[in-house]
Amino acid sequence: MLRDLDFRLGRGNFYFLTGPSGAGKTSLLRLLYLAQRPTRGRIRLFGEELSDAPRDILPGFRRRIGVVFQDFRLIRHLSAFDNVALPLRISGKSEVEVEGPVREMLAWVGLADRASARPATLSGGEQQRVAIARAVISQPEILVADEPTGNVDAEMAERLLHLFVALNRLGTTVVVATHDVGLIAATPGAQMVRLENGSMVDPTGSLRNPPPPPHFAPEGQR
Amino acid sequence: MLDWLFASPAERRLLPGGRFRGPTPFVIAIMTFAMMTVAAAGLALSNAAGLVVQGVENRYAVQIPAGSGLLPRALAAARSAPGVNQAVPVPEAEMRLTLERWLGPAGVDAELPVPALITLDLADHANPAAIAARIETAAPGARFTAHREVLEPLLRAIRVLKWLALSLVALMAAATSAAVVLAARGALDTHRSTIEVMHGVGATDHQVTNLFQRKIALDSFAGAVAGAIAAALILLLLAGGGTAFAGDLMGTSPLHGSDLVTLALLPLALVVLATWVARTAVLATLRQAT
Repeated sequence: MLRDLDFRLGRGNFYFLTGPSGAGKTSLLRLLYLAQRPTRGRIRLFGEELSDAPRDILPGFRRRIGVVFQDFRLIRHLSAFDNVALPLRISGKSEVEVEGPVREMLAWVGLADRASARPATLSGGEQQRVAIARAVISQPEILVADEPTGNVDAEMAERLLHLFVALNRLGTTVVVATHDVGLIAATPGAQMVRLENGSMVDPTGSLRNPPPPPHFAPEGQR
Repeated sequence: MLDWLFASPAERRLLPGGRFRGPTPFVIAIMTFAMMTVAAAGLALSNAAGLVVQGVENRYAVQIPAGSGLLPRALAAARSAPGVNQAVPVPEAEMRLTLERWLGPAGVDAELPVPALITLDLADHANPAAIAARIETAAPGARFTAHREVLEPLLRAIRVLKWLALSLVALMAAATSAAVVLAARGALDTHRSTIEVMHGVGATDHQVTNLFQRKIALDSFAGAVAGAIAAALILLLLAGGGTAFAGDLMGTSPLHGSDLVTLALLPLALVVLATWVARTAVLATLRQAT
């Protein structure tokens, strides 16, 4: 259960969400990607108060958020291609508009030759990469990832991190829940959010008043 | 308006499994069959009642307890009354034959007093009360009865059966709706993870609903066609056998053209109902979520 959380995510920043198992990381992410409403308190995203927003307007906001689920959540009867294409199709893109970006994204995550494979025939790491490709295909404004490198090897983890950083440099706010200290260490400039027993540890107060992202700061201040 | 019906191949892939896999087509087929046959029976009964009423609407009987003594006077009074198209005495032999069916040989016994009977066919504008008064003046004690009154218990029974048939059709429609709600909820449960992912990537409730609505509409349509064909075959079979007897009695087919149109529209109505119920059920269930 989460309690007494009060923080702001700076637009375009990169955050690592850490904490022991059961600290509430996944619950916090679910609130962030609007899969759950808070029982108390407020959530403001994209400048809108969404805690008790009408259900009908939530999909529009969800399309601006990419999510990498801890358990991948691939649709098992769809091919890797169709899984990655899902957000584009949901947003109304035509098949012509879907084909190129999806092939490109699959190639980027190293699954170009597995486009027609069903999730059950993919390894855990491959499924993870499909899930990540699906989360980033529509270039979301916020990317939320729950243990995104938990099932991939070090090399793929590094490539995925580069993808997240690249997206972040394009302005995407990235929130990654992870236990992977190496991942955190390899991302200079990222902020760390630590949860313990459902509460946030923020000794410096930087989460209440987030600084601008390093790559957005004026040249002389970087 | 019917965009939801024409899903792209990619959208169709979101809900796996071919058609006719769930219970919906079979439930709809059975319900369509039952509804059409019950509705056909109700319509045929209604038509039969209509024909009977039409046949006896202006028909009356004059019963003269005193027997044939007063018959000529009563007959003359009836024939001279305005609005009487026809007045025909029923021969005593025919009366006794009728009685024989009920009383056995005693019915033809000459000792048994038999009332004289006249059947009257009145014009539409005739005044039955005035005619009755005229006959009673000529033949005191004569009883003037409308055939419709005699047949009223039968007509009432037919009316009850007609409403019963209509109620059964409505009940079957309600049962179909309930079955569709269960099928829709079952389908939602089966595809819960797909729906969660769709919502997660920004699908609206209507986008999710359209998938289920389309599937149930197509399943219902297939079931309705199968049920309608089966019902039509049974009705044709009955029309060639049992109802030919009814047709002979009525002098016409037991079902009119408009009845056939009504019967043909029933499966379509059931498909529309099932689709609407499915949409409503799916939307309601989705709205209960987050």
